[in-house]
Amino acid sequence: MDRGKTIAEKILSAKSGVDAYSGQIVKANVDYVMVNDVTGPIAFREFEGLSMEPQKDKIVLIPDHYVPNKDVASAEQAKEMREFARRWQIANYFEVGRSGVCHQLMIDEGFAAPGRLIVGADSHTCTYGGLGAFSTGVGSTEAAAVFATGRLWFKVPESIKVELTGSFRKGVGGKDLAIRMITDIGVDGATYKAIEFSGEGLASISVSDRLTVANMAIEAGGKAGIFPCDELTEEYIKDRVRGKYERYYADEDAEYCQMLHYDLGEIEPMVAFPHLPENGRPVREADVAIDQAWLGSCTNGRIEDLRIAAEVIKGRKVHPNVRFIVVPASMTVYRQALDEGLISLFIEAGAFVSGPTCGACLGGHMGILAAGERCVASTNRNFIGRMGHKDSEVYLAGPAVVAASAVAGRIITPDNLEEI
Amino acid sequence: MDVLKGKAWCFGDHVDTDQIIPAERLVAENLDHLNEFIFEKVRPGMAQAVQKGDIIVAGRNFGCGSSREHAPRSLLQAGISCVVAESFARIFFRNSLNVGLLLIECSADVSEGDLLEVRPKEGKLINLSNGMEFDFQQYPEFISELVSSGGLLELIREGRF
Repeated sequence: MDRGKTIAEKILSAKSGVDAYSGQIVKANVDYVMVNDVTGPIAFREFEGLSMEPQKDKIVLIPDHYVPNKDVASAEQAKEMREFARRWQIANYFEVGRSGVCHQLMIDEGFAAPGRLIVGADSHTCTYGGLGAFSTGVGSTEAAAVFATGRLWFKVPESIKVELTGSFRKGVGGKDLAIRMITDIGVDGATYKAIEFSGEGLASISVSDRLTVANMAIEAGGKAGIFPCDELTEEYIKDRVRGKYERYYADEDAEYCQMLHYDLGEIEPMVAFPHLPENGRPVREADVAIDQAWLGSCTNGRIEDLRIAAEVIKGRKVHPNVRFIVVPASMTVYRQALDEGLISLFIEAGAFVSGPTCGACLGGHMGILAAGERCVASTNRNFIGRMGHKDSEVYLAGPAVVAASAVAGRIITPDNLEEI
Repeated sequence: MDVLKGKAWCFGDHVDTDQIIPAERLVAENLDHLNEFIFEKVRPGMAQAVQKGDIIVAGRNFGCGSSREHAPRSLLQAGISCVVAESFARIFFRNSLNVGLLLIECSADVSEGDLLEVRPKEGKLINLSNGMEFDFQQYPEFISELVSSGGLLELIREGRF
């Protein structure tokens, strides 16, 4: 075929050795396969049933959902992962205390890098597209298949091109762009597709914000969300990345199934109302009292997010009716926040700060909601009962809004906090 | 695949995997009895009432959200014979192929409790309660081979992947 390729087509061509275009099914070599404590046990059982040797160097095992163990059942399951790692001598097992939320750890530890093909038995594996990787979520059985063969089949996706111009206004970031976009195209607007970002606006988006946007691609049903690698990417990964990596860029004559354009300067602080991420509204239209504010997760638990929240909350106090829970996404982030004085600042303000875990983001532990309670969270999903009781509500927002809301006791932007 | 017959359980659009099986049930000790927890937050009692062969009928984007394979597994364990939806979320779709849950992409006029007959080979869904018939596309060749082989791991076992 004589036409250009998207980044997704290029990476899947390179990894499969086939000149592949959207719609084709290819078998591709996977660079890394990651499972967590929830999806791992099924993968381990399925893999053991194959009686094959594992592709040890490609496997990454990260307990994060229910650790530190929340109860006996979680302890047993985390133990299963630990034992699997020992039995097969898998070096890339990350114990509590040297670990974190799996996607942040994949970045901290340098597994995620431009041009790589990474799968993970966790839907937010698409996060590494923020660095220019093609990464996507799979099930446990498929993870077991990669454990055994190092390969997986992929239908090469069509791509939606998102052209970005301008730059974010102060107090606006990746989460606001993600919610805006998902609200525009819907929670199935990118199903089976890759979302490829481009345009002069990219240069002004921090890598942390790109990771947030790529992370949320799955909330539009996307298979991947990919930002091309640039100087900011290289700077971000230079002290973390393992091994070599390739950079892939889209051809000018690549074909896209849909084009979107955003002027970043026009994006407002957004909040997604229950119970779908597509229910985005500008924060200025929200009038919602909250019981809890939760900062963390693979979406917005990075040091950059903590800095934004800390700046908002500095010198202020958490509202008497609110629990503000801060969960750095990895021990590295935690340590950085400690060194920068952010942890003290949160504690001064009256926040609860914990070590890294997925925790309450998925309704696990460390901040579960009771019936009727409302939480503004820097997380990725606001499904029915996602953070606890079926009659609780989750509102998704970026770190600035989460911190401002913790102070105000209702969902608000930092600008409006000045008036309180 | 044989003709399937079962009673319909109707759902709307965007049924997420947290609804199918909540996160708090995702522990290894539950893996053999995930069926006890299906839709417990949004349709309490369904897990106990569902009969072998029953069919879930839904709108767009069924199975969106998390990659938990527990979702299709829990439906299979509950005896659900297939899920009919206008569209499926990607990871749920792939997971279902590997665990052997039949998915049918079709927009059908079905009410709660209708008796449905599915003829996979003919690509036909018949609502025996209202007499209406609906056509659906069969899986493409690669996927049909994957499913008829028993999923990806069977292909690997046979040295075909």
